[in-house]
Amino acid sequence: MAQINPSNHGLRLITRYTILTLIAVIFIFPLLFMVMSSFKPDLQLLRDTGSFRAFIPVGDLSFDNYQAAFQRAPVATFVFNSVLVTGLTVVLSLFFCSLAAFSFVFLEWVGRGLALSIIIATLIVPFETIAIPLLLLVSKLPWIGWEGFEWGWLNSYRVQIIPWIADGLTVFLFVQYFKDLPRELIEASRVEGASWWQIYTKIVMPLAGPVVATAAILKFLVMYNQYLWPLIVVQQESYRPVMVGLQYFFQLNTAWGEIMAYLTLITAPVLAFYLVLQRAFIASIASTGVKG
Amino acid sequence: MASKLTTSNRAGWLFALPGFGLITMFIVVPFFFAFWLSLTNQRLISPNPTEFVGLKNYEQLLSIGILELEPERDDSGAVIRDAEGNPQYPRVRSITRKNPDYPQYDGMREWFRWQSGDTAKVVVATDIVFWKSLRNTILFVLVVAPVQGGLALCLALLINQRLRGINVYRAIYFMPVVVSIVVVSLLWRFIYDGNDGLLNNILGALSFGMFQGRDWLGNADTALGSIMAMSIWQAVGFHMVIWLSGLQTISPTLYEAAAIEGASKWQTFRFVTWPGLRNTAILVLIVITMQAFALFAQIDVMTNGGPLDSTTTLVFQAVERGYGKQDISGGSTISVVLFLIVLTISLTQRYLTREK
Repeated sequence: MAQINPSNHGLRLITRYTILTLIAVIFIFPLLFMVMSSFKPDLQLLRDTGSFRAFIPVGDLSFDNYQAAFQRAPVATFVFNSVLVTGLTVVLSLFFCSLAAFSFVFLEWVGRGLALSIIIATLIVPFETIAIPLLLLVSKLPWIGWEGFEWGWLNSYRVQIIPWIADGLTVFLFVQYFKDLPRELIEASRVEGASWWQIYTKIVMPLAGPVVATAAILKFLVMYNQYLWPLIVVQQESYRPVMVGLQYFFQLNTAWGEIMAYLTLITAPVLAFYLVLQRAFIASIASTGVKG
Repeated sequence: MASKLTTSNRAGWLFALPGFGLITMFIVVPFFFAFWLSLTNQRLISPNPTEFVGLKNYEQLLSIGILELEPERDDSGAVIRDAEGNPQYPRVRSITRKNPDYPQYDGMREWFRWQSGDTAKVVVATDIVFWKSLRNTILFVLVVAPVQGGLALCLALLINQRLRGINVYRAIYFMPVVVSIVVVSLLWRFIYDGNDGLLNNILGALSFGMFQGRDWLGNADTALGSIMAMSIWQAVGFHMVIWLSGLQTISPTLYEAAAIEGASKWQTFRFVTWPGLRNTAILVLIVITMQAFALFAQIDVMTNGGPLDSTTTLVFQAVERGYGKQDISGGSTISVVLFLIVLTISLTQRYLTREK
């Protein structure tokens, strides 16, 4: 048995914290660099990357880059588009996927097993492998909107939202969670004459808090950080989300200060959200790991 | 157990249909559509009707061969050498350009060659860029999967100790995961910059000026490695969390038993921790592999596939052709190839994790 003497213990503690902190620095420095640079004029920004000054707020600090970024690109439009698309998709996804999972777990119907197998099978299809055929598909779909009937979904909100509402992972997460709920509860409600809709809204969903949080967080991260899909289906600036809007800052001359300001602006909401709900974020990733 | 209470075809279908319908429409249909499109000459916008071309796209993409070039000889049969003593070879073009003796090599170009005695072996392919993208993608997976998985496990073991404030460190290590890969890629362009990049400056300071700066992303030898390092940095926290949840399923009594037996730290890890993580290990490896095969945003933001196609990947090529060049059938063909690779790996996973 190793002897426990206080000074030895203290030393080991210091070593441990030093290692942990050094690693933390590796993970945090690019983000620190981003935030600090967003307040510096271009010349100083580029000069500072040569030293420690890159990570500390020194020199000529101002909000000029933020102002310039708003002037250069319709930043507010991009942020609005991202928030709208992300918000709507998350809400619709939670509703449709939980509804489907509810049906798979609690109801008996012809074709249930086959339908669920198909959904589970989609888990091994990476989106990147269907992006190109999906692009052709949505370019030819019909739509009836405010302006009447039209062909093609490109350059719209719907093309960014509807294909992303339902996915295998979200349905699967709900199915796993619902399976652990007591079936007697549902059967007893049926005996008392509750409709399926009532059971879904009044009994099952109020119990589904944790899985709703997990599914919402995963969907939020995917949707807010969308890049490939909007890149190929949205050419019109008025529908572009934040990540694709970045292209604006590379036209003509590249102003690094403005880019840093824009990056900080679009990353801040996610980071704030993450820092507040940190435990829930980490738990949601961990729960996808349990699927096996 | 089918009971009267829960049997309802109408309600069942009604509730499942929206979700199932959307998945069918936007995942299942495009998936099968990809196979069909890869057998045609479909373009995104085209005045000509689409034609069925059979396996022609695959032939274009996958045809590859090895030429054996005998050195040129003079009349006496001696090998002709240049000033440095290297044997002279006939030009590859003389074989791949409409040579009736070698119809199988028609239209191919040289990818790379090596020397075997006086014979030169030349690998020729019709679509060299595709082969390069396949090589880069596989290289990326082979490096990133074990390194990222291993580092993530180290981090998980480090975070799994009982220390005051450990949750703060866990939160920081996980932070890059929530930041968009597009944002991360842009930031790292600064770090890798050739003139005044952070990395050059740090290495310069550490070596007291001995290190000559280099343009990490502008150099074909370092570009892919730089992107690998950044990708590992960004996603390692994700897999750390999965390892952590695996670590927490291992019963504490096993550790107590190991301590009583006087096991060393390494022995405890080797005989208690690692066996308990077997399924987690397979899962982590599969998830990383699937993510790594989908490599796109980093390439698009940082290098556009260059320099000299040294960072181009399968997804990048699929998008470049399907969207950039509007060649839907060409992009779909690469997608199908990519899917078949991913499927093979998933089936291997099923096989490894099967119930014994």
